[in-house]
Amino acid sequence: MNFDYNETQQLLAESVARFAQKDYDFEARKRIVHSDAGWSSEVWSTLAEMGLLGLPLPADHGGYGGGAVDLMSVMETFGGALLVEPYLATVGLGAQFVARAGTDAQKQSILPAVAEGRLKMAFAHTETNARYDLSQVKATARKSGTQWVLNGTKLVVAGAPLADKIVVSARTGSGSSLFLVDRDAPGVTIKAYRTIDGMRAGDVLLADVRVGSPALIGTNGRASALVEEVIDFATALLCAEAVGAMKYANDATLEYLKTRKQFGVPIGTFQALQHRMVDMVVSYEQARSMACLACTKVDAPLDAKDRARSVSAAKFRIAEACRHIAQESIQLHGGMGMTEEMKVSHTFRRLTMIAQQFGDADHHLARFSALSD
Amino acid sequence: MDLNYSADELAFRDEVRTWLAANLPDDLREKVARYEHLSRDDLARWHRILAQKGWVAPSWPKEAGGTDWTPVQRYIFEEECGYAGTPMILPFGVLMCAPVLFQFGTPEQKAKHLPGIYNGDVFWCQGYSEPGSGSDLASLKTRATREGDHYVINGQKIWTTLAQYADWIFCLVRTDSGSAKRQEGISFILIDMKTPGITVRPLILMDGAHEVNEVFFDNVRVPVGNIVHEENKGWTVAKYLLGHERMGTGRVGASKRELAKLKEFAAQQKVNGRSLMDDVRFRDRVARVEIELTALEITNLRFLDHMRRTGQPPGADVSMLKIRGTEIQQALTELMMQAVGPHAQPFRSLDESLAIDPFIASLAPRYCSYRKTTIYAGSNEIQRNIIAKASLGL
Repeated sequence: MNFDYNETQQLLAESVARFAQKDYDFEARKRIVHSDAGWSSEVWSTLAEMGLLGLPLPADHGGYGGGAVDLMSVMETFGGALLVEPYLATVGLGAQFVARAGTDAQKQSILPAVAEGRLKMAFAHTETNARYDLSQVKATARKSGTQWVLNGTKLVVAGAPLADKIVVSARTGSGSSLFLVDRDAPGVTIKAYRTIDGMRAGDVLLADVRVGSPALIGTNGRASALVEEVIDFATALLCAEAVGAMKYANDATLEYLKTRKQFGVPIGTFQALQHRMVDMVVSYEQARSMACLACTKVDAPLDAKDRARSVSAAKFRIAEACRHIAQESIQLHGGMGMTEEMKVSHTFRRLTMIAQQFGDADHHLARFSALSD
Repeated sequence: MDLNYSADELAFRDEVRTWLAANLPDDLREKVARYEHLSRDDLARWHRILAQKGWVAPSWPKEAGGTDWTPVQRYIFEEECGYAGTPMILPFGVLMCAPVLFQFGTPEQKAKHLPGIYNGDVFWCQGYSEPGSGSDLASLKTRATREGDHYVINGQKIWTTLAQYADWIFCLVRTDSGSAKRQEGISFILIDMKTPGITVRPLILMDGAHEVNEVFFDNVRVPVGNIVHEENKGWTVAKYLLGHERMGTGRVGASKRELAKLKEFAAQQKVNGRSLMDDVRFRDRVARVEIELTALEITNLRFLDHMRRTGQPPGADVSMLKIRGTEIQQALTELMMQAVGPHAQPFRSLDESLAIDPFIASLAPRYCSYRKTTIYAGSNEIQRNIIAKASLGL
């Protein structure tokens, strides 16, 4: 039993924290969010130089062979800083499919480019009325000679407008399959938007998009288990990101309770507020524990069921904590918490969306429950 | 990062588990599992079995009978006892009076009291709370007036757990009512329950059980040698005891056992031929508690790991474990009661020949009884005050 980061992880945590402090304060983030691009290529280069883009990629393809636990402190820091660059979409989702199921050629062409910051990715999966059900894939991939022809609509694809390559799920005659699609390929249209929490996402429309047979990732028709595995991995990382955002919300709220004065005293002297603050801290500690569980389980599961059950338990608890802490942090900040100029209102929005990303509390409670004896 | 115990710790856990399986008498196991009342003899029997094995007072100094276990081993032992469903070792002697004697007691006091505490021959109870002094303990009024080589004690204690079994009571009493600070005139004193002038009056709680009492002191004469530490320094002793909190406060092991029992029990309850565990709403409630318990267990291990690495006592962390642990215990008793639906109502049979199922009839009383957990040992609101002050600086 050991809940500490090892020396490498500790060093990484410190350097990522320095980066966030120096290059990604609230003002810097605001400029990025409101820029036309919606992301910063300088930041992306820094992440590459720090080795963060290759961290969870295989060592023989430009990465460092790290797992979710190695990424925990990184995600926590990104959560606290409200990083909007498509980090999770690229290294937590898109590149993971290639790393886990790609051919050597795919790995060689994709992974070093991702690690060096030359290639951003996204995973286009969710469709109309599927909500969080990963098994629903209606987009099609039809064989035409040596090519596949893709048709369908994918919704709310995180990072899609910024991605160079998108991993798309589509149904072939054999079942659900995955394809690498160039963002600029003829027939690909992206309806881009900014999300409520300041990130870039989009709906991906595929109209007779033709890709070659080397675009198929993994076995034709056998994508479901891989999709679950990668989404669980990304969910574990998201849990760690949530913990970092919650930490910021709690720290900012506690600071506010100590400095804001009413009736001649700091409002933190009022017991009605003290107990609510304590409950936020309790929520945070439980969430943090569950993020540890999720990250260790995706790195070394007993089996797929054990992994899925633990990740769902974690995401359930963290979704609840996201809502609780986000709502209370605004309430305890009073009117100021409602304003655009306070970072806590941005943290509120991020926590609110994290609570629903990859499945909300109800979804994960149902999944956990279905996997329980 | 590794959430699992080390190989040595796992081996220790297995040793404890195997030993408990072989040495916990079936009738006691059964009584605990069926939520039955445990007599003084039941408690003493289990105490002696553990004492013989040398495991009854793990935290004591090695030479006095302690086990010299690491904090993790101590935690594992407590959780395994909870998981196995052993009777509890009453904390008043082993975990409360004894640590005070080790720290502050005279050689005579140690020699007189420690052996009886260790071997389970002497039962203790705790005289802290008074009718007007609950969370605000320092306002206590029970007076001890010096007369020659005795103190004469007058006043009343309340919520005295198992005073009806106790041979001795350790009390906080006011020895100086003139001190400027309320905390300063208080002394810690040991009193033989057989002393004339002591009356124990049961307080029957809403589950129908006799667990707590009022204890009245009417001119009770206690030798001055029974004061522990110095006169008027009792608050120091009381605070020392508070710092002695254990990491097992969350009672994860016991709640795991209760959760497993709940699932098994609810699966046997049928609604139109279907198991209650297939009812989505009920199943969700169970799943929620299970996840909360998992989160609590990992949090407990995190705090333990932190304590091990820093060598710091747990502090306000224990308050968090108490809050979440008791909320989970209450949720589990609530679900057990809810599982039997309308059958939770029968309480006492009025006809000996037509007995009602005692286990089913124990579920609502148990739910009632467990409301105490968020009140006792520092109400959960007091625990929040502690966290707010000690760890948040509010």
